[in-house]
Amino acid sequence: MRLPPQPGEWIDRSQPIGFRFEGRDYRGCAGDTVASALAANGVTLLGRSFKYHRPRGLLSAANHDVNAMMQWGGTPNLRADATPLDAGMDLKAINTFGTLARDPGSVLGHLARFLPVGFYYKAFHNKRLFPLWERMFRAMTGLGRVDFATPRLRTPKRYGFCDVLVVGGGPSGLAAALAAAEQGADVALVDEHARLGGSTHGATDRVAQVLAHPRIRVLTDTCAAGYYADHWVPLVERGRITKMRARALVVAAGAFEQPAVFRNNDLPGVMLASGAARLIRCYAVRPAQRVVVLAANADAYAALATYAEAGIEVAAVVDLREAVPPQQAALATARGIPLYTGHCLLEAVPTQDGKRVAAVKLARIGQPTAVAELACDGVFVSVGWAPAAALLYQAGTKMRYAADVEQFVPETLPGGVHACGRVNGVHSLASRLADGTRAGSAAAAYCGFGSAREITVPAETESPTHPWPIVPHPRGKNFVDFDEDLQLVDLENAIQEGFDNIELMKRFSTVGMGPSQGKHSNMNALRVLARALGATPGEVGTTTARPFFHPVPLSHLAGRGFSPERRTPMHQRHAAAGAVWMPAGVWQRPEYYARAGETREACIQGEVLAVRQGVGIIDVGTLGKLEIRGPQAAEFLERVYLSKYAGLKVGMTRYAVMCDEAGVVIDDGVIARLADDHFYFTTTTSGAAAVYRELGRWNTLWQLDCGIVNLTGAMAAMNLAGPKAKAVLAGLTDVDLALPFLAVREGRVAGVPARLMRVGFVGEWGVEIHVPADYGTAVWDALIAAGTPLGIRPFGVEAQRLLRLEKGHVIIGQDTDGLTTPGEAGLDWAVKMDKPFFVGQRSLAVVAAKPRRQQLVGFALATDHAGLVPKECHLVIEGGDIAGRVTSVAWSPSVRRHIGLAYVRPEMSAVGSRFSIRLSDKTLVTAEVVKTPFYDPDNLRQKESVEVEARPADGVAVPIRPALGGRHGPLVFEDASANPRAGAKGPGAAVWLAALGLPVPASPNSWLPFGDGLVARLGLTEFLVEGAGAARLAAPPAAGVYPVLRQDTALRVRGARLNELLLETCSVDFAALDRAARPVVLTSMAGVMITVIPDDDAGTPGCRIWCDGTWGESLADTLAELADALAPSPIPATQGGTA
Amino acid sequence: MKRMTCPVNGPRAISEFVCGGEIRPMPDPATCSDDEWADYVFNRNGSPGVKREWWCHLPSNTWFVAERDTARDVVLRTYLYAGGA
Repeated sequence: MRLPPQPGEWIDRSQPIGFRFEGRDYRGCAGDTVASALAANGVTLLGRSFKYHRPRGLLSAANHDVNAMMQWGGTPNLRADATPLDAGMDLKAINTFGTLARDPGSVLGHLARFLPVGFYYKAFHNKRLFPLWERMFRAMTGLGRVDFATPRLRTPKRYGFCDVLVVGGGPSGLAAALAAAEQGADVALVDEHARLGGSTHGATDRVAQVLAHPRIRVLTDTCAAGYYADHWVPLVERGRITKMRARALVVAAGAFEQPAVFRNNDLPGVMLASGAARLIRCYAVRPAQRVVVLAANADAYAALATYAEAGIEVAAVVDLREAVPPQQAALATARGIPLYTGHCLLEAVPTQDGKRVAAVKLARIGQPTAVAELACDGVFVSVGWAPAAALLYQAGTKMRYAADVEQFVPETLPGGVHACGRVNGVHSLASRLADGTRAGSAAAAYCGFGSAREITVPAETESPTHPWPIVPHPRGKNFVDFDEDLQLVDLENAIQEGFDNIELMKRFSTVGMGPSQGKHSNMNALRVLARALGATPGEVGTTTARPFFHPVPLSHLAGRGFSPERRTPMHQRHAAAGAVWMPAGVWQRPEYYARAGETREACIQGEVLAVRQGVGIIDVGTLGKLEIRGPQAAEFLERVYLSKYAGLKVGMTRYAVMCDEAGVVIDDGVIARLADDHFYFTTTTSGAAAVYRELGRWNTLWQLDCGIVNLTGAMAAMNLAGPKAKAVLAGLTDVDLALPFLAVREGRVAGVPARLMRVGFVGEWGVEIHVPADYGTAVWDALIAAGTPLGIRPFGVEAQRLLRLEKGHVIIGQDTDGLTTPGEAGLDWAVKMDKPFFVGQRSLAVVAAKPRRQQLVGFALATDHAGLVPKECHLVIEGGDIAGRVTSVAWSPSVRRHIGLAYVRPEMSAVGSRFSIRLSDKTLVTAEVVKTPFYDPDNLRQKESVEVEARPADGVAVPIRPALGGRHGPLVFEDASANPRAGAKGPGAAVWLAALGLPVPASPNSWLPFGDGLVARLGLTEFLVEGAGAARLAAPPAAGVYPVLRQDTALRVRGARLNELLLETCSVDFAALDRAARPVVLTSMAGVMITVIPDDDAGTPGCRIWCDGTWGESLADTLAELADALAPSPIPATQGGTA
Repeated sequence: MKRMTCPVNGPRAISEFVCGGEIRPMPDPATCSDDEWADYVFNRNGSPGVKREWWCHLPSNTWFVAERDTARDVVLRTYLYAGGA
């Protein structure tokens, strides 16, 4: 029932809140937890236990109660003792059969002896009975109900930064935070409860000092749920996770009060004394009328005054200790409370309905018979503490068992990790404050603020923890673990069965493996094991709770789930043309273009036909596009690709295959020679990033005189192919289209500087047109317009796959795998073993000396084949054994047969031989090895095109970009992509820029203003010039200078709350950057690589962001969405704990 | 290890990096035996201890060397590669 107002109570009586529990209406008030509101309404039965469905109530009221978990709609496992009361809550206890009040599952309690420890292991040992047990257990146990219709929640996650992170807002934590902040450190203080103060319940003036301190940020209702390397601590708040990066950590996490083990110690009404105090002081709830206090320390006696003030009658204090210090005993006797020293509780006696404690039976310690039975409706247990040391363990702290306080304490702490207060074995209030000051000061000093203060903390005069609060009972039900319903006898049996090591005992008995992760059970279990072994607790040791050691909703971990996607410049054109999208790595590509009334297959076949008979165009901008310049560029390419390029004529291209050091094919593309010292080359879509990175590594190692530039996003590319392709292009370009097969030319298309490569991937006359990305859409539009009279069709990835299959071209990664050598894939012709060196050469020499394992061949099914057709990865079967697999297969409209590529044993690879493929229905179909190409075997068509007269096209293309600016939430986005910009890199770049009259930032990653723009130095030797200076970079590059085409998306974001957006998307602490040094930051934001310059404007925070233009839309959309979602008012950096 | 210091870009979250494996001298392909070559290509020394590794800061494509004690999970130092395997 609710008490009159208590000093400093956490509830707001002026705001009543109505809610339902188990179908009945109740009222609580703002500030209540679910459990405190129910307690105020006299409800003590809150849940059923996991195994025996025993009635359970409040234990700790401190966010550790696992038998008081609720389901609210689709949300399971709300912890009643920590979840704030919400208006309209309709709660049900989890894990009940029928209702909480009438749970037929409680009959299981009578079957306990048939459910011995290790029951699961024993039951599931029998394979035949496994399914039966599984069904039964799934029905009987479990925590909450999962609603599979739950929508994907996008929970915010953010990065956080501080000098000193203090975990725990009790006396020692408060003192530590103040000491660290006084020395100048930026401090974050977290506490899992709604308000600071810890066991003092706010009755310390340090709370006000901390809240008022300008260098202390306070996060209440926040759990520091794990420790990761380099002081990285996830702070779990109700609505999000903050990934806090601290420079030093103070663990002032306190201790978990420990239950005593006696028969029926789980009855509602039996609770920890600290939980009772919390109910009284914080929520003004009287948890019981007449109680028995089970004591073993000073805390038990100090609390007697609180009980008296709350009008609770104490029937007796039963102290496990023989000798009670006189000043403690006096506190009881002065109130006329009977004191039984050297006694224990033999058992708690339930009420008739079994749902609450009605009396306790006392006995002398070690005696099996009760000396008295005392009627009561509550038992407050105050027998000891276990340190909340999970973070310390996870940080690698070496712990030792301190016999003087009967607990584990830190012995050796890792650098930057500090501990104070109860977790450090310091229990009396004055000592905790001193210990906190010591630790806070040391943590600040570790970060370079002041020096560590010399403070000696006096030793405890008595142990606050009893070494053996455990009472056996012949009829059991003396629970050690409330999560898993483990009784004392269960652990004893586990030990007897040989699981007498703490790790083994834990796994076999499941002690400490429930939702509370052993917060109330590990210490007692360890004592049971130690006593059985005749060892000390220190010798037995503890298990380590993994991070996160406190349950966290999966939605918190999932966060927002940034999944940025790359779009080519022509993305909107594809969408308008009906593109059906497919992901290709990070890209979105048109699989095919849907047409009204046509099936997918018909659309694809139509696109194929357009290419074969007319003209088609495909966006190939997703290919990796790299450029290499320098005197040793050819040598570099010869080292990383299999073929020779030194002799490649300027103006020609050559197919290029790349192997890894094991001689496995990893990538392919086309290399075009634009000048003696200048090559432009492509990679596969999926390989682009890795190939560019790996080439960078090779040249870091080799130091050849050349530089590689990644133009993947800066260049748009399209392949125009078909007998009428030349006719489409003729009027749009100044390039002589009589260019031979495999030639490359630089010229203009639709007025735009372009690179044209004569290619034959799809087997018709075709040309790949590469233009700067900003002009990609305009050139695409011009080609479509010119091609429309000729019936041009855009074609997608599926049509291209079919077209290339008809030509027998392999796709790396589809027709090869992680073991395929060039020879196996039929690419021997591209391997030039007579070069001095190339990556993979030595391995290929070894491979060549061995018999070939497999061979890729073309195959076709019978011309009249009907019924099931093979699919990719279907197996080739020979003599009942696996002899290979299908890698590509399709119906070819051009040759009117099912064709494909498959690996077979070399002896099966002769043209005309037959092999069997096993289909989905396990039947076999016969395939015949066929010479490739399947289509146009003499490759005539790709060399010739329909000659037409050039028709002049009109107009010159202009840049077309998506507009990305606008106001979102409190932030203003400005799209600055139209500013002129250019880049250069290389060892000669700085000198070259200076010669062009541009200012050169002296230090890496800084920038200088120039005119209306800037010159930014990206790392050591790369530069980005924006604004007036950009045009100067059109000058011919000097030696050691590699021009970088910049087609970035450029954004400016401004607003007072910019930093909140940055913290949600980027792991760099922008607030800590020195603006005066004009920093440039190359980092990643929401999964996209970016360059950022902080650019505050007259006090308003701002920044400039550049990213590859193909990421631009996706990044801008993400940022805009996050900005829109910023709460209307800032989430305060400091959350007040007191009103 | 959740932080790595790029010699050019400074300390950053480990998510901004990829590890390129231990720096291992390549045996001379012309003179080494097949076994020596296979050992170089396929075998890696996973025993804990101080390793010299290739690391790449992705946003800037900066390759550098990190000396890491994998037994203690600490980065000892990082620096730009200056020749010599």
